[in-house]
Formats: sequence, structure tokens, C-alpha cells
Amino acid sequence: MIVGRVVGPLVATHKHRKFEGSTLLLVQPLGEGDVSRGPALLAVDTVGAGVHEKVLLVLDGKAAGDAMQKKGAPVDAAIVGIIDYVDIPS
Amino acid sequence: MLLAKIVGTVVATRKDPRLEGQKLMLARPVDPSGTIDGGYLVAVDTVDAGVGETVLVVSGSSARMASGMKDCPVDAAIVGIVDAVEVS
Amino acid sequence: MQVALVVGDIVATRKDASLSGLTLLVVQPLDPAGQPVGRALVAADAAGAGVGEQVFFVRGREAAFPFYPVEPPVDAAIVGIVDQWSAEGAAAPASQT
Repeated sequence: MIVGRVVGPLVATHKHRKFEGSTLLLVQPLGEGDVSRGPALLAVDTVGAGVHEKVLLVLDGKAAGDAMQKKGAPVDAAIVGIIDYVDIPS
Repeated sequence: MLLAKIVGTVVATRKDPRLEGQKLMLARPVDPSGTIDGGYLVAVDTVDAGVGETVLVVSGSSARMASGMKDCPVDAAIVGIVDAVEVS
Repeated sequence: MQVALVVGDIVATRKDASLSGLTLLVVQPLDPAGQPVGRALVAADAAGAGVGEQVFFVRGREAAFPFYPVEPPVDAAIVGIVDQWSAEGAAAPASQT
């Protein structure tokens, strides 16, 4: 799983039927010090995240499908948590 | 999937038994206009492609869905020979 | 999943039998600002998309799911057509992979 920040919603009327009722959010993966890392990606939101929130992302198809509670969904990323804080003891 | 140009073949005598009889090709990813873009990869050929041809390469666990690749330890397979790329 | 622009289509006569009948499109991934990012790739179309449209696509084994019960050897599939998106705040330019 990785940490990311929600940068915005995405609207798509015409999509695979397994996505119906799902919210799609653009998420920017974050590295150390909350610096953007790599390209932004699109994830299914299963926890009600909002723009600017820091979230926990699964980047695995099986896990993302489980999070959506839909078997056989063509999905590879899902938001499974909203991060309160990350503690890295020095 | 990636577009790639086949630049050579790979011969390996000692290999996983499940790879025996499989043709291994050396391919270089290309952009839609055919320009080489990136490094090299080795892919199992399932469509009888040849050197110089532009092909479709599928990677990751999806490569094992190519015909004859079930349970084979491969992460890249050539699954099509490209006749034309129409970019507008 | 990623947002991308459909930039072309692929014609391939000789291909894996389970790819027959699938539309293969060339897609260029986009960053949140709508700029191209990373290398263009080929995706199977499961949404009826066309050249010039903005779409989103899934990578990996799950790309074959829309074509069930056929399991074509595809690692990227277009699963939706984007009507609109917005990116605020942290929309830093994405780096190439």
C-alpha cells in the first residue's frame, strides 16, 4: 500500500458496469516528506475521501476488487483509508 | 501492452523446463511512430514474429494468458504483429 | 488506473486467437494538468472509446476482466470514458516513470 493525496474527482458516465455507483478520484502518490512521487493515478474510493486528504491506497487488483466488494471488477487501485498522520520515529 | 520492434533472438540452452521449445526474442519498445524509446526486453514469441517486425508485447501476469503460456514463468509475451499504427 | 488520451489505433492481423475482435488503441497517459506523461501504450478497449477521447484504463491482470469469459492476454484495458475531471491543490506535475 502507498500513501497519496487526493487531487480531484473524475466524472465518467460511460464506464464498465462494475464501476457503477463508485467514486473515482485522482490521487498523487507521495514519497518521504509528502513530496509528489511518480505520476498521478486514478483510484476507486471506498471510504469517502475528499480532495486534499491524505489516503491509504492499495495498488493491487485483487485487493482493490475486495475493497470494492465486487468480484471481477477491472480495477487496479483503491483508496482503503484516510490517513490521520504518519509517525516516523527518528 | 507495449509496441516494440524485434531486434534479435535469444538462445538459452539451460532454462526453466517450461520454457523449452519457446522462442525468445529481444525487443525494444517503440513509440507509436516507430521510434525506439527505451531499453531492451526479452519476450516469449507466441505468434511467430520475426526480426524487424513491430509487435504487441503484453507484460506482467497477463503474459501467462497468451496461448500456450499457462503456468510458464514469463513476464512478457509477444501476442500480435502490428500491421499499422494509425495515429491522428 | 490512469487517465489517458486515445491517440491512435492498431491494426494487427496475426495475433493471439483470443485477441480477435478486440479493438486495440494507442493511449498516451496524462497527468492531472492534462499533459502527456510517460510512454504511450496499447490498451484493449472495453468502453467503446475513439481517437481523441479522454479515457481511463486499468493495468495488470485485471485488464482481462471486462472480456470475461474470454481471457485475452492484455495488460491494459480502457474501462471508462472521462466526461470531466478536476485537480486542485496538490496537482504537482507528475514525473515520468
